[in-house]
Amino acid sequence: MGTPARAAIVGVAESDLGRTPDKTVLQLQLQAARVALDEAGLAFGDVDALFCAGNWSWSPNLMLAEYLGIRPKYTDTTNIGGSSFEAHVGHAVAGIEAGLFDVALIAYGSTQRSDRSRNRGNFTFRLTDQYELPFGLPTPVGAYALAATRHMYEYGTTSEQLAEVAVATRKWASMNEKAMMRDPITIEDVLNSRWIAEPLHLLDCCLVTDGGGAVVVASAERARETRKAPVWILGHGEAHTHNSIANMPDLATHQAAVASGQAAFAMAGLTPAEIDVVEIYDSFTITVLLTLEALGFCGRGESGAFVSGQRTAPGGPFPMNTNGGGLSYCHPGMYGIFLLIEATRQLRGECGPRQVKGARTAVAHGTGGVLSSAATVILGKD
Amino acid sequence: MPAQIPASMLQQDSDSRPYWEGLARGELRLQRCDACARTVFYPRAFCPHCSSDRLSWIVATGRGTIYSYTVAHQAYGLFAGDVPFIVAIVELEEGVRMMSRIIDAPRERIRVGAPVQVTFEAVGEDFTLPYFRLVE
Repeated sequence: MGTPARAAIVGVAESDLGRTPDKTVLQLQLQAARVALDEAGLAFGDVDALFCAGNWSWSPNLMLAEYLGIRPKYTDTTNIGGSSFEAHVGHAVAGIEAGLFDVALIAYGSTQRSDRSRNRGNFTFRLTDQYELPFGLPTPVGAYALAATRHMYEYGTTSEQLAEVAVATRKWASMNEKAMMRDPITIEDVLNSRWIAEPLHLLDCCLVTDGGGAVVVASAERARETRKAPVWILGHGEAHTHNSIANMPDLATHQAAVASGQAAFAMAGLTPAEIDVVEIYDSFTITVLLTLEALGFCGRGESGAFVSGQRTAPGGPFPMNTNGGGLSYCHPGMYGIFLLIEATRQLRGECGPRQVKGARTAVAHGTGGVLSSAATVILGKD
Repeated sequence: MPAQIPASMLQQDSDSRPYWEGLARGELRLQRCDACARTVFYPRAFCPHCSSDRLSWIVATGRGTIYSYTVAHQAYGLFAGDVPFIVAIVELEEGVRMMSRIIDAPRERIRVGAPVQVTFEAVGEDFTLPYFRLVE
C-alpha cells in the first residue's frame, strides 16, 4: 500500500433514474445529495466544497449551490466529459490534503432523455470544430467507431469480442433492480442489432437516460465519525490528450487512461492484479477494451481475448461493471459519478445478488469526450 | 449527395481564413513550421511542436491513406439524410491527419491503408469541403 489515505468516500446515492420528465436537474441533484449526505450523517451545512459538471447553466456551481442553500469555500466545475467526477475526487483529495476544506459534495444531474437534447445537430462550425463538424460525423459514437476500426485493424479485434462486453454487462444489469435494460441478450443479438456507426451496433452503445448522482468525500478525520465505514481513496490520476478524434495521437491506444492509471496505481501502491472489482466507463463496448489495456489489466491488443468467454460476467474471474454499466443500467450523458457509486457500494458489501464476495479494492475509471480525457480512482476498505 | 450546408454555419477566423480560401480555389492548404519544418494541421497561430510562431502556408499534394474509417448509419441535423456515408481520418503525405468523407467508393473497397486523393466538393453556396476518393 502507498501512503495512508487522507480522504474517503463517506456517502453515495443516485437520484431517480431512467426517464424523469417531471424532475429538473436541480431536483435530481438535490435528491441524490440529500441521500448521500444522510448516509454519512452529514447535512448540507457541513458541505464546504462543491464539485459539479454540466452544461445546463453558464455556471452550474453558482446555481446549484444557491438552490441547495450552501455557500462553499471551495468550488470546482471541471468538465472533461464523463470522467469529470473521477477528476473531482482527485481534486477533492488534493484540497483536503492542502487543508482547504473537510467535506466535498460532488453532484451530477441530467434530464437529457426527457429533454431530447442529445444530437440536435447543426451547431455552428467555429474555432477548432470547424475542421470536423462539417463532415457530419455523429458524435460521440462515430469517433469511438473510428477507434474501434483502428483497434480491429491493428490487433484483429472482432465484433464478437466487443459484443462479449455488452452481453456480460447485461447479465450484471439483470441483478440490479435500478437498471433500465434487464432482459438477457446474446452475442447474436448484439451483432444483429442495427448499425449506428460501423463497426458499432446499437447494442454496442450506452443508453440515453435521465438521472443524477452524488458522492460525498470527507477528510480522514471526518470520515472516521461518519455513519458508514469509510471507503478510502487510495490513489487518483487524470489526464487529457486531445479534443477532436482526428487529433488523438493513436486511435488504438487510450493514452489518457494510460497516464491516469499509472498515476493512480503508483499513488495507491497497488498493481492491477490486486484489484477485486472494476468499474470502467462503458460509453461504448470499445471504450472498455481500450481502457482494460490502458490500465494494464491486459496487454496491448489483448483486450478482445481478455473479455471473451464472458470473463467479465457474474461468476467470472474479472467482475466488471457490476451495476450493469452505461450499456444497461443508466447513462445520463456523463456517467462517471455512477462508477464511483457502484465501486463504493461494492466495497461496503451492499450489492445484494450482484455483490462481489470479499471485495477489498476497486477501480472506478472514467473516460470523457472522444477518448479525450481519463480519470482513475482506486478505492479500498479497512 | 451530401446535404447543402449554409455557409452562414461556418465561422471562419484569422487562423482558418487562408484554409477556407484555399479550398474555394481547389487547394488543400496546410501550414509548415519555418523553425522545425514539421507540418501543422489544423491551422493555428503557432507551431504546437516547437512553439515557433513562424509558420508558412503550403499546398498539400492531396494524396494520403485511410488511417481509420466508419460508415455512419445514423446522423443528425443537416446530415441525417446523408446516411449511410463514410467518414475517415486520412493521413496525408505531409504527415498530418484530418477528418473527411470518402465519396464515390463501394463499401467493400474501403479499408484502412487504402490510398486516397483529395477532391473539392461544393457542399453549399460559397462552401467547399475537402473530401477524398479512393485512388484506382
